[in-house]
Amino acid sequence: MAARENVPLDLEALYRDSNVHAALEALDRELVGLAPVKTRVREIAALLLVEKLRRSVGLEAAAPSLHMSFTGNPGTGKTTVAMRMAAILHGLGYVRKGHLVAVTRDDLVGQFIGHTAPKTKEVLKRAMGGVLFIDEAYYLHRPENERDYGQEAIEILLQVMENQREDLVVILAGYRERMERFFASNPGLASRIAHHIDFPDYTDEELFAIAELMLSRMQYRLSEDAAQALREYIALRRRQPHFANARSIRNALDRARLRHASRLFARRDRPLASADLMTLEAEDIRASRVFRGGAQGAS
Amino acid sequence: MRLTQGTFSFLPDLSDEQIRAQIEYCLRNGWAVSLEHTGDPHPRNVYWEMFGLPLFDLKDGAAVMAALDECRRAFPNRYIKLNAFDATRGWESLRLSFIVNRPKHEPGFALQRTEAAGRNIRYTAQPNATVRPEGERY
Repeated sequence: MAARENVPLDLEALYRDSNVHAALEALDRELVGLAPVKTRVREIAALLLVEKLRRSVGLEAAAPSLHMSFTGNPGTGKTTVAMRMAAILHGLGYVRKGHLVAVTRDDLVGQFIGHTAPKTKEVLKRAMGGVLFIDEAYYLHRPENERDYGQEAIEILLQVMENQREDLVVILAGYRERMERFFASNPGLASRIAHHIDFPDYTDEELFAIAELMLSRMQYRLSEDAAQALREYIALRRRQPHFANARSIRNALDRARLRHASRLFARRDRPLASADLMTLEAEDIRASRVFRGGAQGAS
Repeated sequence: MRLTQGTFSFLPDLSDEQIRAQIEYCLRNGWAVSLEHTGDPHPRNVYWEMFGLPLFDLKDGAAVMAALDECRRAFPNRYIKLNAFDATRGWESLRLSFIVNRPKHEPGFALQRTEAAGRNIRYTAQPNATVRPEGERY
């Protein structure tokens, strides 16, 4: 079909009409920081919108390859962004159903010869029309054991990633160094992944903002002293082992809620106001072991 | 003679696009889709052979279409039907079943007459295809 030139086109209207608009807004509003990730997601959304417009005027518009790899430290939001990504790709009509199937090595690799292929295919079938999220993908490849069934799973995955590109999007996720080693030993896989997105660690400020966001979603709030205590907590926690960014913060808040509840329970003979039920005090946070020099797997 | 069985037996064969739409309808209703094939078109032959396991927990029809393509490649000259099973309590049976592939040449049925006691005649329909052993039909 010949391209019609000079037809007025409304990219803005297309953007407004697709539900990607809402998904991108939510991404901005509900995820703190992650600037490089958001930029890349926007770029992908823009590409897909323009492709859609190109198709509408009869220009060549091959579906781009959208398989991705998310690398970053624990708790930097890889799974959360993957879920958003599924919604965005669905809004843009790139995937038909927009569900996310999250799997790890155990779901793909079988226990004996001939068990892997059906297992992997089963997962792939379930993921069709949506996004397949493979967490800690480097476990698929075990260089120390050349008869490991993981290789079989990778080969099936590669075949589907190449031949059924319009049916599903594969996202591989994991820690950066190990993912790099994984890709180095599987060049076929690396070359089929167009988008490598790196998730930076959060700054102290961003972690605090995340904490506030989590609390407001749970309908709690911090007293002024508690806010100060939480800032100190974040700075201290970061220097201790097993720090997992937002996940550590979520765990800390869960434990603060626990202390908050037991504090209220201890003085149950006195009357309570609804504000007491909502407000975390400094003592709820300062009771953490982190402030006492911390311990392994600090709480 | 064109064999007619199942849900859309009164319609011409569905195109792949139409089959796909039916599959999406099944999945929307939460039915498990499965494929079966046979070389024996007799209407009383209800036990066709399964092609793989029923496809559970799907969200999208692409996987079923891929399985159907695979089945057609393996058995281009057999009848293939697509079934949708509803596991809801009270139904627990097929909700939809239709033929998605048929042999290029369908030899039809022969009417056989058997003389019974008292000059009675019993009639049987025998598929012409099943006169020859499996593998040599069609």
